[in-house]
Amino acid sequence: MQLSRDELKRAYQRMFTIRAFEERVEKEFAAGNIPGFAHVYLGQEASGVGICHDLTDEDLIGSTHRGHGHCIAKGCDVKGMMLEIMGKAGGLCGGKGGSMHIADLSKGMLGANAIVGGAPPIAVGAALTQKYKKTGRVSVAFSGDGASNQGTVFEAMNMAVVLKVPAIFAFENNGYGEHTAASYSVGGGSIADRARSFGMPAEVVDGVDFFAVHDAMGRALEHCRAGNGPYALEIRCYRFLGHFVGDPQAYRTADELKEARANDPLPLFRKKVTEAKLLEAAELDAIEKAILAEVEDAAQTAIAAPPPDLKSLEKDVYARY
Amino acid sequence: MAKKSYRTAINDALRSEMRRNPDIIILGEDVAGGQGATGDVGVVGSVFGVLGGLYKEFGPTRVIDTPISESAIVGAAAGAALTGLRPVAEIMFVDFVGVCFDQIYNQAAKFRYMFGGKAKTPMIIRATIGAGFRAGAQHSQSMHPLFTMVPGLKVVMPSNAYDAKGLMIEALRGDDPVIYLEAKTLYDTEVEVPDEAYRIPFGEARVAREGKDITLVAFGPMVPRALAVAEAVGKDGISAEVIDPRTTSPLDEDTILESVEKTGRLVLVDESPPRCSLASDVAAIVADKGFKSLKAPIKSVTCPHTPVPFAPVLEDEYMPNPRRIEAAVRAVMKFD
Ligand SMILES: Cc1ncc(C[n+]2csc(CCOP(=O)(O)OP(=O)(O)O)c2C)c(N)n1
Ligand SMILES: [Mg+2]
Repeated sequence: MQLSRDELKRAYQRMFTIRAFEERVEKEFAAGNIPGFAHVYLGQEASGVGICHDLTDEDLIGSTHRGHGHCIAKGCDVKGMMLEIMGKAGGLCGGKGGSMHIADLSKGMLGANAIVGGAPPIAVGAALTQKYKKTGRVSVAFSGDGASNQGTVFEAMNMAVVLKVPAIFAFENNGYGEHTAASYSVGGGSIADRARSFGMPAEVVDGVDFFAVHDAMGRALEHCRAGNGPYALEIRCYRFLGHFVGDPQAYRTADELKEARANDPLPLFRKKVTEAKLLEAAELDAIEKAILAEVEDAAQTAIAAPPPDLKSLEKDVYARY
Repeated sequence: MAKKSYRTAINDALRSEMRRNPDIIILGEDVAGGQGATGDVGVVGSVFGVLGGLYKEFGPTRVIDTPISESAIVGAAAGAALTGLRPVAEIMFVDFVGVCFDQIYNQAAKFRYMFGGKAKTPMIIRATIGAGFRAGAQHSQSMHPLFTMVPGLKVVMPSNAYDAKGLMIEALRGDDPVIYLEAKTLYDTEVEVPDEAYRIPFGEARVAREGKDITLVAFGPMVPRALAVAEAVGKDGISAEVIDPRTTSPLDEDTILESVEKTGRLVLVDESPPRCSLASDVAAIVADKGFKSLKAPIKSVTCPHTPVPFAPVLEDEYMPNPRRIEAAVRAVMKFD
């Protein structure tokens, strides 16, 4: 599908925001400004952005522990995200969620999820709402290759087919679940085949190429919006870093890591749009510059921000003892 | 005697028992690590490093990396246990037990009784517990009350490296399903641990500190906190006894009741939301069986009735912290 110049700019803007945000997260984590764990989305930018590009705020996504990229792709505010990830007042969840539970319902982002396989059943429910209320909207369940082995994911796929709901299963196959390769853990080898066996169409997509992801998502959206039930995409991508920031990765060779980095969705996008004379390098550079400033501001603001008020500890519960 | 960490003590126990008994196997996610990858296999040894080196010694037939499939992991452990193996299954964070609870409480826990005493289910589920790691609502719970209320499960909460080893060996030599809850904040804590194997029987509490004015009963990672408060109030002349039940099922009621008979006062420290907690459970037992010993109302220091918050300031306040424990001790001491 041909995208307008503005749309191309928006796509690059989101992909680069993820890149800059996650590199900053890596840095702030090392500096001790981010508590807990941080699973970054570096290398997978084209996947999240390609999937979410044509979604509105009323379309829904269920995310994973590696959710920052999905948030940004869905339009969440980076300052609110940075505040949340640092556990500060004013964060998207008031500092109560953190990286692994970040959510913004106003953007149709139903939450990162620290339970592997937690989101797909929820996404099926969100799709059921759309069908019931005839909104014409869809719901996307992001899962990894590792999550594709979870029973909840099988159940969600089958039920989506049985109930014929507009759910899109976006399996981001980055080759690893934690420290174990997908080639070991995914029996039969193909996640797309699994989805097909439940009775939905499925495609294997090059997740390094924004345009490939976006095109495939276009077909998924058409299928779902026409009332044909769920659709699945197995998006092949690379995890640039370890499972979490700080993972020593002795289980991956230096050559493999180099190969992963060579499959970088950002330069590929730049190359494609500049060679086709759709956008100019200077325009892309200007986008990058503006985003770096925005991320800088988000990080500085979050570092300086106060922690949540202690009174919020027992807020948002319906019973106290 | 050498000092060893809680992590090493558990590793020691598993290693020596695996050498002794070829039926013991380990299964879980990244218990070896690196399977199918381009680099080295076995370099992870479980995400907190508890199983370091075991893959190297025992290989892939005994240290089995699984897909991310908790129901199948725990169910397979139950099935293997029922048919002659001694599996040690890992649920990386106890929070994930929601994914596989049926295999625990409807399956493994019930075989022995439901099959008329004809079945043995010698399996262990290791899981990490506790807040304080900044890991948020779905990676910071303890859930021990949930297991403790299930007939057929034994529930172990070691609070130090010495107990961790002896309790693990006891679990590996028993014939029933054991939930072995490892406190993630204790992994690096060290005490003296013998090299040789030893067993600590289940249902035998440890008097971690003797005292005569007040009894503190604390569970798992709350034991060191209770001990620290006992030391602190000791400076003001309050002599606090600290009891570590070590297993919540079976529970050593006698040691607790004897202590309360001596002190007449009881504070419970339990990292759990307050309702249906071990704190409320033990309070009920003492109110029932030790009523006459009590000189003051029993007080509990627990978490609030909320999920675990992420922000460090909130999480620190969420956990039973020294300030709240000490306040409870002083309040009970003041009562006349
Ligand atoms: C139910 C459950 N089991 C295990 C984990 C621990 N864990 C967190 S992420 C992860 C790997 C997930 O792999 P994948 O689905 O491929 O996603 P990726 O990390 O590659 O994005 C594991 C095992 C968890 N969070 N939840
Ligand atoms: Mg993966």
